[in-house]
Amino acid sequence: MHIPDGFINLPTSGAFAVVAAAGVAISIRGAKSSLDEKTAPLAGLTATFIFAVQMLNFPVAAGTSGHLLGAALAAVLIGPYAATLAITIVRILQALLFADGGLSALGLSIFNMSIIAVWFGYGVFLIVKKIAPKKKVSISIAAAIAALLSVPAAAAGFVLQYAIGANATFSISAVFTAMIGTHLLIGIGEALITFFAVGAVLASRSDLVYGYKNQVSQLEIRANK
Amino acid sequence: MKQKTFLISGFMASLVLAGVVSFYASSSPDGLEKVAGDIGFIESAQENANSEGILADYGVKGVENARLSTGAAGVIGVIATGAISTGLFFLIRRKSGGKK
Repeated sequence: MHIPDGFINLPTSGAFAVVAAAGVAISIRGAKSSLDEKTAPLAGLTATFIFAVQMLNFPVAAGTSGHLLGAALAAVLIGPYAATLAITIVRILQALLFADGGLSALGLSIFNMSIIAVWFGYGVFLIVKKIAPKKKVSISIAAAIAALLSVPAAAAGFVLQYAIGANATFSISAVFTAMIGTHLLIGIGEALITFFAVGAVLASRSDLVYGYKNQVSQLEIRANK
Repeated sequence: MKQKTFLISGFMASLVLAGVVSFYASSSPDGLEKVAGDIGFIESAQENANSEGILADYGVKGVENARLSTGAAGVIGVIATGAISTGLFFLIRRKSGGKK
């Protein structure tokens, strides 16, 4: 969902860039308290892994492919603030180094992937985690469900941008139906990758997983104040 | 697992995925591209300002062998993402013993 230049007009792209920049600024402040010596390298690794897996397009339907977005994965592993930053770094490098996604559309992409997908995904994760049995595997399952829904959520962000400032004049409802349908399919791949990646980190270093140790670390922060 | 072992394994896995497995990725249009093509607004896309860049479209310019070109671009991307993101996360992290 790397938007090329030209799909969305410049004023709309600019407005979303401002909103995205504000989200990133808030996330820098938020990440300060969620990252320490031990989790900062995991955040770097998460961004690196997401970059790598975003290169791996998998087929989803006839003539269509999708790849990991990584928003829910990152939010569960390193917390939503650091996740916003991780996906933003990946998106900027993809656009600057690899000409993947337009430069003027960068704010649009960052808004959809680093803000909507991360925070919506994290919200879904928290809700599922709350109602699921208190077991380790529930964390992976909650992350997978969050991943599944985060992809159509990001797609909905694009539809919003299309509705506000598309240069083309095709019907918004047609774009909505096609975008959500296709990205639900991609979301299934997203869910599978997220399930196994979160499971792998939980199996080797569960102490580093933000979405698993969350309650413990919150108390720690409060005690430290 | 020790922190160091964990980080190195994750980094190695990323290198292999971007450097080797990426060659086998599907080259079909992705979700947005497909929808844009089906509905028709793909026409409004403009050429990427960066499309002549040395690493444009995940290939190293001048390297003819597709496997090598994609693989090298992937490795460069992994190293760049790893270095830049880890550096930035260290800059903004909570300093231990800072706020007590």
